[in-house]
Amino acid sequence: MTGPDLTVFAEKLSRQYRAHAAVRDVTLELRRGEILGFLGPNGAGKSTTMRMLTGNLAPSAGSVRICGIDLMARPVAAKTQIGYLPETPPLYRDLTVDEFLQLAARLHRVAAARVGQAVERAKQRCGLSETGRRIIATLSKGYQQRVGIAQAIVHEPKVVILDEPTVGLDPNQIRETRELIRELGNSASVILSTHILPEVEAVCDRVQIMHRGHAVFSGSIANLKQLRSAGGIEIALRASPAHADIAGLPGVAGVDDLGDGVFRIRHEPGSDPTDAILARAVERQWGLFRLASAETSLEQVFSELTQEDAAA
Amino acid sequence: MLALAAKELRALFVAPLGWVVLALLQLILAWLFLARLDVFLQIQPQLSHLPNAPGATEIIVMPLFASAAGVLLMTVPLLTMRSIAEELRQHTMAFLLSSPLSMTAIVLGKFLGLMAFLLIVVALAGAMSLTLFAGGTIDAGLLLANLLGLVLLSASFVAAGIYISCLTAQPVVAAIGALALLVGLALIDFSVTDPQSPLHVFSLLRHFGNFNKGVLDTADIAFCLLFVIVFLVLAIRRLHGERLRG
Repeated sequence: MTGPDLTVFAEKLSRQYRAHAAVRDVTLELRRGEILGFLGPNGAGKSTTMRMLTGNLAPSAGSVRICGIDLMARPVAAKTQIGYLPETPPLYRDLTVDEFLQLAARLHRVAAARVGQAVERAKQRCGLSETGRRIIATLSKGYQQRVGIAQAIVHEPKVVILDEPTVGLDPNQIRETRELIRELGNSASVILSTHILPEVEAVCDRVQIMHRGHAVFSGSIANLKQLRSAGGIEIALRASPAHADIAGLPGVAGVDDLGDGVFRIRHEPGSDPTDAILARAVERQWGLFRLASAETSLEQVFSELTQEDAAA
Repeated sequence: MLALAAKELRALFVAPLGWVVLALLQLILAWLFLARLDVFLQIQPQLSHLPNAPGATEIIVMPLFASAAGVLLMTVPLLTMRSIAEELRQHTMAFLLSSPLSMTAIVLGKFLGLMAFLLIVVALAGAMSLTLFAGGTIDAGLLLANLLGLVLLSASFVAAGIYISCLTAQPVVAAIGALALLVGLALIDFSVTDPQSPLHVFSLLRHFGNFNKGVLDTADIAFCLLFVIVFLVLAIRRLHGERLRG
């Protein structure tokens, strides 16, 4: 299970804080160039898992391999491959951006001759080119967050782990940060934690959902949507037909009357009754004025998954 | 590790703390130095009649270094208080823990950075003493013993201070804790009246006293080195424990 492409492989990670289990049996895989969204409500164990993946916290059980290197057995070798932005950006507020990034590069063993170049590149990627000489304490929160990301990527690690990188940013900065993360995905594997679902949709290739310390879902975004294909088709009609008229159409599994001539049609997996509905609506003069795919939003899926688990 | 040490030294000088401490220490030591120089010049005529009279080194340098030891005991806790506690408080510890540095390298980096600063202080005291060469001769052996003693004493103070700084996320608490520990060790000499008591072994200032008199005893050197090692190992273990407990 340690192919050359596997940059992060965490097996059955658990973390116990006295009586409270913050993370239980979480297994996680990441391939080169993949962006994994780590999703869950606050307190689900996302940050704890990320701290374990980066060697900041020792797991109670389980193992972590970074690019095939065991994080417990050879922490120093494994950590050269990781860039980590914790929940609170770790910044030395007295230093200038340049000084701080130089320090980050040196500590991450960037060759002395290449430090300047690495710092310039990280600044350019994070939009900090103009702010190199400013003292970090004087920067706005958004810029401080960028410095936090810059220190995580200055040594061009194979694995970048970002804990809620867009928290506290304005919409423009969020968009820029997402672009940056997507760009990072070209050269490195990225794990990104968030509780903002559109962010996952916009950026990630795969998603892992955590709830109460458990991984409740892991798969591609399309998988996630398929899993809950409860969406169906929504139609709005001027002349309301009988319920059975719609339910009788081929491929239709069920019809919900939402009132005011609006129906939600659940279809059987794999079949698409759109054409049949359209034909029937014209034939019977139902006065169809809207037909839209009522795709389950990630939010719905998310709340269903997590609530199910809570009920179980 | 050296990059971290350089950062520690820098951190003292980007904030006013380093400069202020350096300036005040130098002011105090220069004052003591000049006061002793005055004394020496006053009693010099009488001394010249005595056989085997104490020289400038005994009358000026010895008390200067003895006072320097006392002053460092008070100031080193102020320098070490931030070393780990501030990292914990500002959440920057994660930056160090996720960089490819072993826990040992982190603690040693901190230690070396602070020692570099204290070497400047000791060097300035030494440089002041060397100016006595301008007007006479000094006992170089005695001066070297004092310099070595002060370096070892500073190292012991720094190691203890770093350990105390691991125990809390509040730098001020760390300063008070370290000060209490160091003063406590110094008070052994005053409170334990029996000169044969084994407790005296733990008095750092008593060990320094031997260096101060120009006595180079391996037992004193070994004690200081052990003291440093014990507290640095304790600090490393403490940080490992922190990682386990979370």
